Amino acid sequence: MKTEWNEFKTGIWNKEINVRDFIQKNYTPYEGDEAFLVEATENTKKLWEQVMELSKKEMEAGGVLDMDTKVISTISSHGAGYLDKEKETIVGFQTDKPFKRSLQPYGGIRMAQKACKDNGYEVDPEIVDFFSTHRKTHNAGVFDVYTEEMRACRSSHIITGLPDAYGRGRIIGDYRRVALYGVDRLIEDKMEQKDTTRTVMYSDVIREREELSEQIRALKELKLLGNIYGFDISKPAANTKEAIQWLYFGYLAAIKEQNGAAMSLGRTSTFIDIYAERDLKNGTFNEEKIQEFIDHFIMKLRLVKFARTPEYNALFSGDPTWVTESIGGVGIDGRPMVTKMSFRYLHTLTNLGAAPEPNLTVLWSTKLPSNFKRYCAKISIASSSIQYENDDLMRVTHGDDYAIACCVSSMRVGKEMQLFGARANLAKCLLYAINGGVDEISKKQVGPKYRPITSDYLDYQEVMDKYNDMMKWLAEVYVNTLNVIHYMHDKYCYEKIQMALHDKKVTRWFATGIAGLSVVADSLSAIKYAKVKPIRDDKGIVIDFEIEGDFPKYGNDDDRVDSIAAELVHTFMHYIQSNHTYRGGIPTTSILTITSNVVYGENTGSTPDGRKAGQPFAPGANPMHGRDQKGAIASLSSVSKLPFGDAQDGISNTFSIVPGALGKDDLIMMGDLELSMEPDCACNIPTMLFDEGSK
Amino acid sequence: MIEGRIHSIETFGTLDGPGIRYVVFFQGCPMRCKYCHNPDTWTMQGGTMMTADEIIAGYKKKEIYYKNGGITATGGEPLLQLDFLIELFQKAKAAGIHTCLDTSGITFSKDKEEEYLQLSKVTDYVLLDIKHVRSNDHFELTGKDNKAVFEFLSFLDRQQVPVRIRHVIVPSITLDKDSLIELGKALSQYKNIKELELLPYHTMGVAKYQELGIPYCLKGIKEPSNEEILEARKLVLEGFRQ
Repeated sequence: MKTEWNEFKTGIWNKEINVRDFIQKNYTPYEGDEAFLVEATENTKKLWEQVMELSKKEMEAGGVLDMDTKVISTISSHGAGYLDKEKETIVGFQTDKPFKRSLQPYGGIRMAQKACKDNGYEVDPEIVDFFSTHRKTHNAGVFDVYTEEMRACRSSHIITGLPDAYGRGRIIGDYRRVALYGVDRLIEDKMEQKDTTRTVMYSDVIREREELSEQIRALKELKLLGNIYGFDISKPAANTKEAIQWLYFGYLAAIKEQNGAAMSLGRTSTFIDIYAERDLKNGTFNEEKIQEFIDHFIMKLRLVKFARTPEYNALFSGDPTWVTESIGGVGIDGRPMVTKMSFRYLHTLTNLGAAPEPNLTVLWSTKLPSNFKRYCAKISIASSSIQYENDDLMRVTHGDDYAIACCVSSMRVGKEMQLFGARANLAKCLLYAINGGVDEISKKQVGPKYRPITSDYLDYQEVMDKYNDMMKWLAEVYVNTLNVIHYMHDKYCYEKIQMALHDKKVTRWFATGIAGLSVVADSLSAIKYAKVKPIRDDKGIVIDFEIEGDFPKYGNDDDRVDSIAAELVHTFMHYIQSNHTYRGGIPTTSILTITSNVVYGENTGSTPDGRKAGQPFAPGANPMHGRDQKGAIASLSSVSKLPFGDAQDGISNTFSIVPGALGKDDLIMMGDLELSMEPDCACNIPTMLFDEGSK
Repeated sequence: MIEGRIHSIETFGTLDGPGIRYVVFFQGCPMRCKYCHNPDTWTMQGGTMMTADEIIAGYKKKEIYYKNGGITATGGEPLLQLDFLIELFQKAKAAGIHTCLDTSGITFSKDKEEEYLQLSKVTDYVLLDIKHVRSNDHFELTGKDNKAVFEFLSFLDRQQVPVRIRHVIVPSITLDKDSLIELGKALSQYKNIKELELLPYHTMGVAKYQELGIPYCLKGIKEPSNEEILEARKLVLEGFRQ
């Protein structure tokens, strides 16, 4: 056995690439409290001051401090970059210095150019020429194929957020493999995979062999990245520091190669803890040192930056990188997967202060140790920076070695990936059903020219019939648009290092999304239980609605309307599933616009629920603002009726509350509340705690 | 079956009794406390008529959230609808639900001792809001004297129903050293008091007054600071020990 593996319990993981087996055989569950945690070291504090100083400068410079306009980012494109080489225990930046954004044109050269231009930089004309004339991009490929209908749907925003000009993201490489096995062993494994493909050259076999070659090349480059920083990562990591560093190099390679919409980290804390336990036992490192490594690692993750356009940032409300790290959860053998490292990760929110990234996500189970639950609550109150997701629900489908990509997309690490794609605007679709496919804003015929509704009052059955037809159409054009996108992304912007850190056989989730669920549920409820009168313009296009009477509103635990919402999800998913998906992708959907609901609303006319043109939708599966009148639990109950089976990619409910409403003081909240994740709540709750004083 | 007049239901109550609670706001109140933040619950008109079964069914649907909590009846003044309240709590207890009554105790009377005995048997906890320890000040603040309030407290003591005393601290009305000490002394005679909760007066209800067209009497009075609340608490406890 390799010396780096001394003292580890052996298992299948010695014979095959199997990180889960390694974790299960070797991790030490921790049921104690946070008393063992230590403060940031002097070096950490100094480094963080330096980061804060640079952040300030970046803000003063308008959001971007520096951009690379000449060097195309690849795994090994740049020399080493440091904050302060002497003080950093974990090293590596995307370019040759911190805060310098890299140039990533493979998704689309125009997007790369625009990102530079909007921030006052100019991409080297030779590079522009190269990617316009000689080397096709993902974006160019997609637009070669798009149909007129797809383009019309795109520009009318009935489908929004299509990753056709930038990296799709939502793929998590199993970065732990780099640490556990070293790159050489991974290359060996990939070579073997290549040697054992089928040999009759159907196009899928050709693609597989080509992709495996790409992956092997990427792994070789990854070793080079290690060398640039003075490390030999061909061999397994020998201690905690190396394990973090190796793992981080794997992740760094991914973000150097891909500017994905979400570049998540995976589920690393319990893995790293195994090294830390061994080092603590042997006296290799003490607690202070280990926390320092983690602080420095998290610091690096906070400094992940991409070149993006203001429009992109508007869609996602900020400059998110979605470096999601999944923490905790329970193993399928019933042992909680909370370790001391789970605490140490969350403790960075104390040592370095609160931050939105990395997106620390606790996989919540009622069976988590109560000390950990209390600690989570405490840190949530102090930092408002922890996301919670329902492990009891997801474990059933994904086992105990899945992680969250982006905000809610769960996938087995290294075994499953996602073909991510945008959202269908179901509220606009309802308006198309009423207007016979004519867009209520542009007045253009975007959808099929079905017969519009001409009656003075909307009839529920008539609307539903037409709505079902329109949803069916939308699902078809939507899935086919995504088919084009993912074909081209694989062809021109393949995630080679991330896929190199996957098994040969990968399950692909074909992720779709829904926007405007609560708008439609309330609209249909209004049509069913009140009287809704459409207001038409001079061309007969419905542009507004008058509602007479009251109607049940989603968010009050009222089955009359909640069942409409649940049925809607089920029906749309059914329509999605009846289409061919690229590469055997398994269709899923999500209801999780956490920020882009504002933009969707801007592009949607008035709806029959009383929402006026341009007004925001509710985020994700949330009830519309102010319409849930029975308090949080009734509101959550409505959301939890949505069928997770039909929306396995996630259902989100953004929940804001003043701390005073959670109990009289910290103790009450941490003692009594088991709110975050009750077993039948199929959703994630990014809880934001607002301080009353800061309103 | 009796119906109750219910103002509204809050499904996520964390302040009105132990744990997360299903809070039922009763419509109607005989008091007119100057600082009341729910003036919309005063009138006996309005609200929705509901049966105890309907309320329990609403609770049961979300029961999983309330495993450390239960139902709280508040208002308004729940005791105004005594028969309905008894039925609600009886049904709740039969269903194994923890019951909590948030009241001013103002409607308590010996004539209805029989009903109150029934109620006390199905009430796990009482949040008793003592508006003012001195009867005349109580009258000035609420429009009623406080005799019934203390009688109710004695009654609960005899029935061994645990009580949390609530007292709203309003600068220039209840934030006064002597009356706070006096309150402490008065409370020291009862053995069923488990908790003391001093609530800072707040102005969040003012908008409702404007909506309802009711003049707001406490204009200009500031919300007390945390320090003042802590100080007030000390004074009450000081009186309690004396």
